[in-house]
Amino acid sequence: MKSNILQKSDSFYDIFTRKGGTQLQSTHYCPGCGHGILHKLIAEAISDFGIQDRTVLISPVGCSVFAYYYFDVGNIQSAHGRAPAVATGYKRSNPDSIMISYQGDGDLAAIGANEILQAANRGEQMTVFFVNNAIYGMTGGQMAPTTLIGQKSTTTPRGRSAQNEGFPLRMSEIIATLEAPVYVERVMLTDTKNIARTRKAVRKALSIQIEKKGFSFVEVLSPCPTGWKMTPVNSKKWITDVLSRYFEPGLKKDVSEDRQPVIQMRPQPHFDQYHELLDIKSLSDELKDIALPEIRQVNDEIKIAGFGGQGVLSLGYALANIAMGHAYQVSWLPSYGPEMRGGTANCSVKISDLRVASPIIDNPHTLVAMNKPSLKRFENDVQPGGLILYDSGLIDTAPERKDVQVMGINATEEADALGSTKAANMIMLGAYVKLRGYLSKDYILKALPLIIKNKAFTELNEKAFKRGMELAKI
Amino acid sequence: MASRNHIFVLADECKGCGLCIDACPLNVLEFADGLNSMGYRPAHYKGDGCSACGTCFYTCPEPGAITVIRNVESLEKGNCKHCGKTVFLIPDSRDPSRKRCIDCHQLLNEK
Repeated sequence: MKSNILQKSDSFYDIFTRKGGTQLQSTHYCPGCGHGILHKLIAEAISDFGIQDRTVLISPVGCSVFAYYYFDVGNIQSAHGRAPAVATGYKRSNPDSIMISYQGDGDLAAIGANEILQAANRGEQMTVFFVNNAIYGMTGGQMAPTTLIGQKSTTTPRGRSAQNEGFPLRMSEIIATLEAPVYVERVMLTDTKNIARTRKAVRKALSIQIEKKGFSFVEVLSPCPTGWKMTPVNSKKWITDVLSRYFEPGLKKDVSEDRQPVIQMRPQPHFDQYHELLDIKSLSDELKDIALPEIRQVNDEIKIAGFGGQGVLSLGYALANIAMGHAYQVSWLPSYGPEMRGGTANCSVKISDLRVASPIIDNPHTLVAMNKPSLKRFENDVQPGGLILYDSGLIDTAPERKDVQVMGINATEEADALGSTKAANMIMLGAYVKLRGYLSKDYILKALPLIIKNKAFTELNEKAFKRGMELAKI
Repeated sequence: MASRNHIFVLADECKGCGLCIDACPLNVLEFADGLNSMGYRPAHYKGDGCSACGTCFYTCPEPGAITVIRNVESLEKGNCKHCGKTVFLIPDSRDPSRKRCIDCHQLLNEK
């Protein structure tokens, strides 16, 4: 006892305000639940170490899902079993934070078993408190990976059998076999002596993280009087007499003396490298000498649709890149089925002199329809006064709309005449550029080989683009 | 000689699990006669014999139900507006200026 008073830790909220709660001073846990005891030990350590303002506790799914109602620290509630992944992301971007992943056995050993193994194996700087009560408590006592052989649960009413459900998972032993973890210990919340051991383990695990030494893991055998259908006092006896026989308490691994602190820096973004990695540097670099037309007031929303293999997505991609090279704001959003060839495909391209708020297009200004189903599907969505470009060779019925500009281009046949059907999309590009008139022809001819890198098509694409410009009659 | 230490159980936060009563090495805790506002029978300090070992505090699953005080005489004394007596006052961990009456458990200067 440090002072003369042993009382509620100041790492707990004053009042546990929560949804649906009536008694706001006490927790929602059942009488005799081990969570409360562990909460107190953790809160006490947080206060004593002075880390309350930089601690982030990840609540799991399970009984302790509401831990964020109690701990006055940073709180994140993660998806079932994903606390170590969330903690990894948070810690890596905020290396000075203290990450506590608080998980139950259903959360950590079942749905989140892979998450914890990978995080432990990477040696993430976090502290995991694994509360093992040998069942799924919150949902009403179903079998968990940690349920003992012969133990009855609502899903193993005749007792767990090794033949049917396998053996209980000893998570501490599994984690201790990994190279990276620094400290792994199993403790239990039973008598005074073992609660004192738990307290020590909690503090040791947190101090390893404070010293930036790496991953620490504390498994806590915890009573669940409600799920076990026992009195709180008998629950403690059951841990001592039965549960701890299989899950043997004790230190499983401690290499904290040998490990040096690993100082992690907050990652800094390198935008210059992004450009290089995304291969968009070459475009702006190689074409910087070409005079570009002045930016105009443009707000074109273009839907390009056809079947897979027609170059629908490439056309949109090229158009968006060209416009971006002209310093317009753009977005390109492809939409296609699982097939690489065939099936329907479409993409949405937005080009604007102002920032693009959303890449989604419901009512395009321009529709480029490369086959009949696409025209049918999107024709009525085009805004009045808009433009419909369609492949008049493949689509035998012209669009019926009278309130839009309609132009048929025999793109597929023209492309065939040039040497390959695949160039039909470039013919459409030429037609679009001619009709809209705000993009530079010289720039495009230089940019196309940089955007569509397959050298076999360079010459063909150039011819097709020029042909498209000729075919589009204003 | 009567013990100068004290165990203070906030009856309405206690869920009557009995762990502290079971764990107390000196057997100075017992169940109260009545029920609390939640309907549980809370734990209760017998009034004497506590050695302030803290076992009940660490066994109790409720964050704020038990407070253990070593040497009551070290506490500040004051008048409780609720029970009218001159009593020892327990400071709050989060806000030491806020104090609770050791006798009737009421907060004196609630904000």
